[in-house]
Amino acid sequence: MPASGRRRRGSLTPVLWVPAGLALALLGLPLLAVVMRAPWGQLPELLAQPSVSAALRLSLITAVESTIISMVLGIPLALVLARSERWPALARRLLRALVTVPLVLPPVVGGVALLLLLGRHGLLGQFLPFQIPFSTAAVVIAQTFVAMPFLVLAVEGAIRASDRRFEVAAATLGASRLTIFYRITLPLIAPGVSAGALLCFCRALGEFGATITFAGSFPGVTQTLPIATYLQLQSTNPESAYALSLVLMAVSVIVLASLRDRWVPGVTA
Amino acid sequence: MRRALAAAAVVGMLLAGCSAQSPAPASTVGAPADTLRGTVTVAAAASLTETFTAIAAAFSRDHPNVRVVFNFGGSSGLAAQIVQGAPVDVFAAASSGTMKTVSDASRTDGNPTDFVTNTLEIAVPPTNPGAVTGLTDFARPQLAIALCAAAVPCGTAAARVFAAAGVVPSVDSYEQDVKGVLTKVELGEIDAGLVYKTDVIAAGSRVKGIEFPEASTAVGSYPIALLRASANKDAARAFIDFVLSPRGFKILTDAGFGAP
Repeated sequence: MPASGRRRRGSLTPVLWVPAGLALALLGLPLLAVVMRAPWGQLPELLAQPSVSAALRLSLITAVESTIISMVLGIPLALVLARSERWPALARRLLRALVTVPLVLPPVVGGVALLLLLGRHGLLGQFLPFQIPFSTAAVVIAQTFVAMPFLVLAVEGAIRASDRRFEVAAATLGASRLTIFYRITLPLIAPGVSAGALLCFCRALGEFGATITFAGSFPGVTQTLPIATYLQLQSTNPESAYALSLVLMAVSVIVLASLRDRWVPGVTA
Repeated sequence: MRRALAAAAVVGMLLAGCSAQSPAPASTVGAPADTLRGTVTVAAAASLTETFTAIAAAFSRDHPNVRVVFNFGGSSGLAAQIVQGAPVDVFAAASSGTMKTVSDASRTDGNPTDFVTNTLEIAVPPTNPGAVTGLTDFARPQLAIALCAAAVPCGTAAARVFAAAGVVPSVDSYEQDVKGVLTKVELGEIDAGLVYKTDVIAAGSRVKGIEFPEASTAVGSYPIALLRASANKDAARAFIDFVLSPRGFKILTDAGFGAP
């Protein structure tokens, strides 16, 4: 079996290597350009600047928080989405569109939408006794808005690919629905959850548009690493911006490389 | 240099060929025949979007065979593009610092000319919920305050006026550009921000502007320059002359810009 599989994979027509190579160059060469241009010699002192370390710390903390919130809220949403087959077609499509929209929406639009909902004069915000914009909470909300769909869609794929007979068997043996969820469903979809969580974390880490629009930018409170990078790029010394870009890239590549082939279980198992 | 001229000549001939069939442009009786042709590409600061678009419309009435194309954006970004070799004829920057980046890289042809100035103004929501009257209100911690980040010209200017006034602002957000501050004022999310006078005028009734005396300590100049790489220097020079002419100046001052 492995031998024939290898032969089949080896039979990819050489013509396809050209566009595939171009695609890889388009995706990879810009990253290489940053690596080449980065001020390696000054890297330690550039990254030791208080504003940079504050942005790095804020970014890591908020991205972790956004990922946790996305898991707590997103996994149940993925279950609903995966089990929505019996719904009317319109409701099902609307639900799917709602989940997918933040993926394709320009993040700045997402930020404006969040302001119109949770801002001082927003639909809900006007009734709140406290102000959300310009707080770290606003950063987490903006990142969750943009990043949660990655987790939901990855988990939904995992649920669809999982074998439902285990759940049925557990039910016939008298397990409650909650027990089935914790003891059967979650372990079955765990690879999908971890893949989705890592993607979600990376997207939250890179979030810029929705964050600066909804949360603003204040060092240590709302100025995340991407915002600090952009501001450094505007200044007369872009070297710091290259250094920060390198850090963001390194974190993302390390996290994504740890994904290996576990994008969706069942496909590569 | 010679190659650039040759390219200009070729472009000119091509365009002349294209317009041969079209009716001759109506020109003022007695005025010399308009020999200017081709495209002028202008890289201009985002704050010039409305005024330069109006100036180009007026310029095109005088020179119907010249097409003015704009690239509006943040001055520092535009300067970086020009230094990297972007094909631009004219650069109009929102600060002398960004123009200096371009002239230091010897991308300018001749010295830049300051054509207008812009002054900071306090912008508050129309109802002025924070009862803001001057710069000292920016120190009140209970107000939501936004300024430009120090990396962009309006942030540098803001830092200068606060230093002059001896006020330490209690800032909630340092925005990436002046439009970021303006949007948050328009949405009523902040009680006060510092923007340019021209932004207040352009925003109309959506924001209220409050002038303050310390603004005179940070008046920003806008320089304009012909670029060395220009392939259509005659038309580019005519456009710069038009910006500097009384007609161009009136469009700019109507929008809130000051004399250089």
